Amino acid sequence: MSKLTVSPSPHIHAKVSTRSLMTDVIIALLPAVICSVVFYGWKELLLLAVSVASCVLLEYVITRYLMRKPSTIGDMSAVITGILLALNVPYTTPWWVVFIGAVFAIAVAKMTFGGLGQNIFNPAIAGRVFLLVSFPTYMTHWEQPKGLFGVDAISGPTPLGAIKEGLLQGGSVQDIMASKGYSYADMLFANLGGSSGEVCALALLAGFVYLLCRRVIKPWITLSIFATVALTSLIFWGINPARFTDPLFNLLTGGLILGACFMATDYVTSPMSNWGGVIFGVGIGFLTVMIRYFGSYPEGVSFAILIMNAFVPLINMAFKQKKFGRK
Amino acid sequence: MAKRTFSIGGVHPNDSKISRECRIEPLPIPPTVYISLSQHIGAPAKPIVAVGDKVKVGQPIAEPGGFVSAFIHSSVSGTVKSIGPRKDLAGNNQMTVEIAVEGDEWLEGIDTSDTLVTDIPEDSKAILEKIRLGGVVGLGGATFPTHVKLSPPPGSKCEMLIINGCECEPYLTSDFRTLLEKGEQVVVGAAILKQVLGGVPCTIGIEENKPEAIEHINKVIADLKKVSSKFDGISVMSLKKRYPQGGEKQLIDAVMHRQVGSGGLPISVGAVVQNVATALAVYDAVQKNKPIIDNSITVTGECFPKQANLLVRVGTPLSYIIDYLGGVPENASKIISGGPMMGKAIANLDAATLKGTSALLFLTADQTARKEASACIRCGRCADACPMGLEPFLLNKLWKADNLEALEKNAVQDCIECGCCLYSCPANIPLLDMIRMAKADVMKEIRARAAAAKAAAEAAKK
Amino acid sequence: MSQTIIWTIAIITVLGLVLALVLYLVAEKFKVVEDPRIDEVEKVMPGANCGGCGFAGCRAFAEAAVKAPNLDNNYCPVGGNEVMSKVASILGYEVKEKAPMVAVVRCNGTCEARPKINDYEGYPSCKVKASLYSGDTGCSFGCLGCGDCVAACKFGALSMDPVTGLPVVDEEKCTACGACTKACPKSLIELRLKGPRGMRMYVSCRNQDKGPAAKKACASACIGCGICAKTCTHDAIVVENNIAYIDPSKCKLCRECEAMCPTGAIHSVNFPKPLDKDAVKARIQERQKRAREKAAAEAAAAKAAAEAAAAKPVENNVKEEN
Repeated sequence: MSKLTVSPSPHIHAKVSTRSLMTDVIIALLPAVICSVVFYGWKELLLLAVSVASCVLLEYVITRYLMRKPSTIGDMSAVITGILLALNVPYTTPWWVVFIGAVFAIAVAKMTFGGLGQNIFNPAIAGRVFLLVSFPTYMTHWEQPKGLFGVDAISGPTPLGAIKEGLLQGGSVQDIMASKGYSYADMLFANLGGSSGEVCALALLAGFVYLLCRRVIKPWITLSIFATVALTSLIFWGINPARFTDPLFNLLTGGLILGACFMATDYVTSPMSNWGGVIFGVGIGFLTVMIRYFGSYPEGVSFAILIMNAFVPLINMAFKQKKFGRK
Repeated sequence: MAKRTFSIGGVHPNDSKISRECRIEPLPIPPTVYISLSQHIGAPAKPIVAVGDKVKVGQPIAEPGGFVSAFIHSSVSGTVKSIGPRKDLAGNNQMTVEIAVEGDEWLEGIDTSDTLVTDIPEDSKAILEKIRLGGVVGLGGATFPTHVKLSPPPGSKCEMLIINGCECEPYLTSDFRTLLEKGEQVVVGAAILKQVLGGVPCTIGIEENKPEAIEHINKVIADLKKVSSKFDGISVMSLKKRYPQGGEKQLIDAVMHRQVGSGGLPISVGAVVQNVATALAVYDAVQKNKPIIDNSITVTGECFPKQANLLVRVGTPLSYIIDYLGGVPENASKIISGGPMMGKAIANLDAATLKGTSALLFLTADQTARKEASACIRCGRCADACPMGLEPFLLNKLWKADNLEALEKNAVQDCIECGCCLYSCPANIPLLDMIRMAKADVMKEIRARAAAAKAAAEAAKK
Repeated sequence: MSQTIIWTIAIITVLGLVLALVLYLVAEKFKVVEDPRIDEVEKVMPGANCGGCGFAGCRAFAEAAVKAPNLDNNYCPVGGNEVMSKVASILGYEVKEKAPMVAVVRCNGTCEARPKINDYEGYPSCKVKASLYSGDTGCSFGCLGCGDCVAACKFGALSMDPVTGLPVVDEEKCTACGACTKACPKSLIELRLKGPRGMRMYVSCRNQDKGPAAKKACASACIGCGICAKTCTHDAIVVENNIAYIDPSKCKLCRECEAMCPTGAIHSVNFPKPLDKDAVKARIQERQKRAREKAAAEAAAAKAAAEAAAAKPVENNVKEEN
């Protein structure tokens, strides 16, 4: 018999690790990744590869050579950031733009704060917003994909962008939607312009359900975002359907599902308690709709998440779990 | 109806009750026993025998060293060899009485027969005194002297007696076997406790993963009710399987839907909780005049070749038990006294069993080795798991910042050290290690403050 | 255009003036009158905020020192006599000089002398480890080796020796603030007089087990045999609870105890020459032999005298009888 080990209790541990949780998130993202590659073809595959590779490599280089600590890429969080970033830009974006986004996401938004767990803002969102303000043309422009099935490319703005432009030119929502031929079925099953990850809402929702079943995340943040977006836009749409888009349109476009299911639910940058999560979600939902309706950018999920990220410490302080036997 | 359980947190470790089919067998008496004088919470007992004295089984060898303290009895017959410091399982010196065994002669007046005595004495005071003289302490882990717990402070009223048969810790089966094999005695013990507390209703809480025990105890209660009306008001409650259901506060919450306040005692919400093994000890002490001289211990672990539930004399060296069952397996890396969630890792196998020893658990490195801690990802699993509604991640951070004031505000002193936070942390952060330290520091501060306030009040009186 | 600029300048100027006035009034209203000497004292303090003086930091020390009627209870161990004389001159007090102290680790249970008998696996902190059990060696009094003292030292004077597994004090950096003595759960670190030219002797062990048990756990433990106490000619060593202690105020640094210690638990530091054990032992034996001879001679003399005294009355008796 070798020497006995002595340690404080507990002596057993749940079969869960940072790595296993992150791997679950990657698995949950796979349907969306596959869908986007099928629809957008090799260009999308290239973006994903560039994004993931540069995120992982950057984190490795920064931890090993700048922070002089053991590398943390084993926890897989950089891979998630890479995938999310690639899914959050249109497939037509040049690869070097994505690389810049990855640099901002990992080097600035994540590692300057001290790495995983310390960052205030979701790295992928921060990278995305950085690209959105730096390269707006690439980020809001979109081409009808050739996909793996190869059809002719048609260039045009994303649905939200189209509506914004149309409204500025004095059209009404219904006219614009009719003229562009947008249908909800298209939104749900793909084929509408925008960031590559938005291509198929069903694939994203499947991943979300997987995360819920594996108990990786709790549903409250996501559900409260959906509910708030639907409710807020319902009110405005009810007041003036010519000026404001309808709830279903708002739910299905502009990366809302991607943001609500995968980005707002990021552990590090979301509140811990259930009620905190609800408040966080309400904030994101409300801000998203407000930015879409009244802001100068056509879409607002990323901004909304980023803004609410900043409020997380406050929300954490305000919404604590009820303690046992205390009022 | 949905099964009851406690309201906040908790985890669901695999229950691994691999020794559940093993009957409780008596372990042969070892050649020498080492009986520690600190087997209970409170002041150590004071020895009342001297080196060279002949003692019999059940003879008191030490008397209480304070109000919260207990009698200790010889578990064997033989000669007192020495009284002095001896290393316990953590390697710390404890006053210990060493007795060389000669035969197995019991003290007169102890009923060693198996006959079930169902007549419960009327006089509560006499019962309490018998419990006190029997050295009965809570065998659920805390080893708090039972007679103290049964004497509620003036002004408080007991409304329910809860017998804790949850055994929510994985691997442990001694309470389960006791319920199956000595169910009658446990129920009579419960009836005695109930009588002392003024005939309050009594609920025996058992987790649903022990259906045989639930069925058996229901049958026993039904049979005993035919014998005497004293058994009316005793019932079994099946509880959802969830750790730490056997925690006193959690069990009261589960059974009565009442929450004991911070720093409060169960009696403040009208509850008294006693463990199954304690009920049996009460039966032995009151009906049979038999003090605690032995207890059942589960010896288990996937790597241990022979699973067993043994009836072991108090003070038996751990190494004797292990050698009896074939020695320490080659691949065992940790031996735990108690369950895997709250048990103590054993550093010294020469140490002897105590009244409260419930199990010897062998775990391999694969099962138990701590993984390297990584950064907190703020997933909130520790807070979700904490049955006291605390935020372990925050307490950990505050402890590192040495912020005692904030620690107290965030209720670190409420921690029951159940281990759920560390169990569920995906980053393997040693949360409980640090929270324990923080709790100790804060408790020290609180006690100092209370002492100062008391002194000030007394000064004001004068 | 020019009008806009003028308006802007005017508004900002007025706003600035108003706010300045508000700030001034608030500052006046909430002004805290403080003894200016507190600032002066704080300036000459080392500024480490180590708490070695017993106060929360240098500022708190300064406040206490200014309030106190003298400096008897306020001494900054870090700044030492130099800083205290400055403080005294500011406050017009007299300062009592204190002999310089240094932290001393009283455990010499190296990995070799005190082998590990189990593996500790938990948060690497002596405090956590000590609360769990007696430690990963057979000795329940010795160093736990997790370096709480190193973490507590604000001056970088402590470091863990990877070979021995014990902390090492850097005398140059140690300011005797006492933080490490409080951090050690086994109370192994003591502040001792630095001694003349830094020379000092101490028993580097705290094991209170009986001799055989202590020896079994650690080859270099103090076994409480008491040889040192018997050897010491200055009455500087006491053995209590199976452990010897050298009183630094009585020790004359003769190193005889060190030579006689069977386990090497007595340490000496900063002596110019290594100890010639045999020579010292010979010297002691010579002295003890002489002492024995002297004692024997004295005893013989006393005996003779007693006999003589006893003999006399006999003679007298005889005489009387006669």
